[in-house]
Amino acid sequence: MRHILSLLLENEAGALSRVSGLFSARAFNIESLTVAPTEDPTVSRMTLVTSGSDEIVEQITKQLNKLVDVIKVVDLSESRHIERELLLIKLTAKNDHREEIKRLVDIFRGHIIDVTDSSYTIEMTGSGDKLDAFIDALDKKLILEVVRSGVSGIARGDKAI
Amino acid sequence: MAKSKEILRGAEIFCRALKDEGVKHLFGYPGGAVLHIYDELFKQDAVEHILVRHEQGAVHAADGYARATGMPGVVLVTSGPGATNTVTGIATAFMDSIPMVVFTGQVATHMIGNDAFQEVDAIGITRPCVKHNFLVKDVKELAATIKHAFYVATTGRPGPVVVDIPKDVTADSCEYEYPTSVDMRSYKPVVKGHPGQIKRAAELILSAKKPMIYSGGGVILSNASEELTDFTRELGYPITNTLMGLGAYPATDKQFVGMLGMHGTYEANMAMHHCDVLIAIGARFDDRVTGDLDQFCPYAKIIQIDIDPSSIAKNVPVDIPIVGDVKHVLTDLTALIKASKNKPDTEAIKLWWDQIKEWQSIDCLKFDRTTEVIKPQYVIEKFYELTNGDAYVTSDVGQHQMWAAQFYKFDKPRHWINSGGLGTMGFGLPAAMGVKLAFPDDVVACITGEASLVMCIQELSTCLQYGLPVKVINLNNRYMGMVRQWQEFFYAGRYSHSYMEAIPDFVKLAESFGHTGMRIEKTADVDGALKDALAMKDKLVMMDFITDQTENVYPMIASGKGQHEMHLPPTTDRELA
Ligand SMILES: Cc1cc2nc3c(=O)[nH]c(=O)nc-3n(C[C@H](O)[C@H](O)[C@H](O)COP(=O)(O)OP(=O)(O)OC[C@H]3O[C@@H](n4cnc5c(N)ncnc54)[C@H](O)[C@@H]3O)c2cc1C
Ligand SMILES: Cc1ncc(C[n+]2csc(CCOP(=O)(O)OP(=O)(O)O)c2C)c(N)n1
Ligand SMILES: [Mg+2]
Repeated sequence: MRHILSLLLENEAGALSRVSGLFSARAFNIESLTVAPTEDPTVSRMTLVTSGSDEIVEQITKQLNKLVDVIKVVDLSESRHIERELLLIKLTAKNDHREEIKRLVDIFRGHIIDVTDSSYTIEMTGSGDKLDAFIDALDKKLILEVVRSGVSGIARGDKAI
Repeated sequence: MAKSKEILRGAEIFCRALKDEGVKHLFGYPGGAVLHIYDELFKQDAVEHILVRHEQGAVHAADGYARATGMPGVVLVTSGPGATNTVTGIATAFMDSIPMVVFTGQVATHMIGNDAFQEVDAIGITRPCVKHNFLVKDVKELAATIKHAFYVATTGRPGPVVVDIPKDVTADSCEYEYPTSVDMRSYKPVVKGHPGQIKRAAELILSAKKPMIYSGGGVILSNASEELTDFTRELGYPITNTLMGLGAYPATDKQFVGMLGMHGTYEANMAMHHCDVLIAIGARFDDRVTGDLDQFCPYAKIIQIDIDPSSIAKNVPVDIPIVGDVKHVLTDLTALIKASKNKPDTEAIKLWWDQIKEWQSIDCLKFDRTTEVIKPQYVIEKFYELTNGDAYVTSDVGQHQMWAAQFYKFDKPRHWINSGGLGTMGFGLPAAMGVKLAFPDDVVACITGEASLVMCIQELSTCLQYGLPVKVINLNNRYMGMVRQWQEFFYAGRYSHSYMEAIPDFVKLAESFGHTGMRIEKTADVDGALKDALAMKDKLVMMDFITDQTENVYPMIASGKGQHEMHLPPTTDRELA
């Protein structure tokens, strides 16, 4: 099963490699991993998407908690939560394609953020599924470059981790 | 008026911090990146520096010291090759959860990343085999980092911590103050067990008809032997120890059924297989213990007490997990059991013991006592008798290690010192050196094999320099016996590269290092040789016992087999029970 883990960790030079090293050393899956400092510059927030049986995800959570730099681990998938991912995509956009792409971007509530004579660069946020659906709806031949941020997540409601 | 703090150089801070931490012994080896520190060590006498002959030896010595005393072992080495030479020792300590702080020198901060002379990424190389590591980038962080390192190494589930110190940090100066306490928001080890879980465990324990206590290294690390003994005696239940747990419960006690696992006793493994309630205490269900997981304890409800949540239910599902320090949890659990109206089911327990005694009666550790050629088991048995079971025994890895575990009956914790998790050949001699340093008046012996012994043989020099007269019991079978045994059983006797050719003359070798050597070739001479060696209190004696080349370790559960599927010695009439 897919799980989305939220971590608070010390904003230290080695902290990220401790987490990624743990995953490779113990042969755990990582689908995506994003990290950036929080409002407290000494703390980073990481969102990690992984998959595995309940036992494996339990081990992953315990092993993460055991890392001395990790302050807190929450499995967001255990309760109601929101996930978002940022997509930046560059497409060939010439003559007749320009209108059609613009319409599709509007349907998916994206934005065209850069334009040349022959290309569009589009920004879009949403769940991974939505971004997949958008990419699927495009003519593959038009795609020049895809950049995805990986998932960030937060729990619904007034509770903070 | 507040006293103004002293301004010290990094190298001085290092020495002062060790002193303030209460460190008495430091195992090390100098080099460019740590020369400022060595200069300061020269000027002080609070910390005694032991100069080893190879950095691996320093780490194993500190490890042996830590296992025997319960205090953290401390190591200092230079950057580059000094640091890389420590890795095997660090991984050894990590696998067995041994508290240790290893200081590695590093090139100056402005040189880091430049492929500078003797630069390695010590933090990166050691990351997967330390509990935690620190790079000190500013002299102002040095004292606090040292405090943190000792705190992390010695609390919770202990483990090795590396502190990497760039050379310029040891030259820079700042105010010195050693912190008196540590508070880390990201690291808060649990101590007390959950009362609700302890209550459920007590009820299950008292309802058992075929109970089994399986305790491990966690009891020793927690200094909880007394609590374990109290708990076990109160219940009257059978108890087994892992290789790492030997000595946590007295081996000569009638409730002790021997070690379990791959080379455990028939009775311990059969009792594990048939038990209905398994009480795991500071033991981590290693694959050398469980064998085939699908066949492991098929009838048992399992209680597991461990300080590390990630040890719980890692390999085997657990019915009642208790996270906490064994010492506290057992104290609470025993109190609850003593106060309970329920009592153990004496009738069922008696039947269970009858069954266990029947298993014991096959005498699974039997060996041929009629041979002129020396049986390795006999040497250990004799050594046990002659030392009244009081010696500190270190070991290397192989058959001799298993025989030492089976035939030396450890009644006290911290007396059996071996590398279980990593299985590091070369551990025994330097570890014995560390133990002897801590306990100069006790008998300290290294039971080893001719292949393991040469892996850190250089430490014989260190033993001479510091007057560390350990007894080396070399069970010389002219084979990598453990490898040969597997090749005999599983590779149709193709002894690929397991025969040791060009074996040194260990008597001359000992003598060339300034020690005493003996060669013993007949069973009849074993007793006298051991007595002579023990009588030479101030001498390191290397006893080269020429033993039976083809002796195997029994019982044996082949990898991937169930616990009840044991090979027994050819001398017993039951094979593969
Ligand atoms: C050649 C060879 C053969 C071997 N054969 C066998 C064999 O037949 N039988 C056998 O048993 N082993 C054998 N081993 C050793 C085996 O590989 C493991 O090292 C060993 O079984 C682990 O012991 P343990 O479960 O006691 O765990 P340890 O490694 O000692 O771990 C201790 C556990 O206790 C926990 N703990 C630590 N401190 C505390 C505390 N204060 N409170 C609570 N919990 C704590 C830790 O979190 C950990 O889970 C062999 C090794 C070699 C090299
Ligand atoms: C550093 C290291 N290399 C290899 C091994 C694999 N190994 C385990 S036991 C063994 C043979 C040990 O031979 P010896 O020390 O003579 O002991 P014996 O089994 O003969 O008693 C080997 C090579 C190991 N455990 N450690
Ligand atoms: Mg040998």
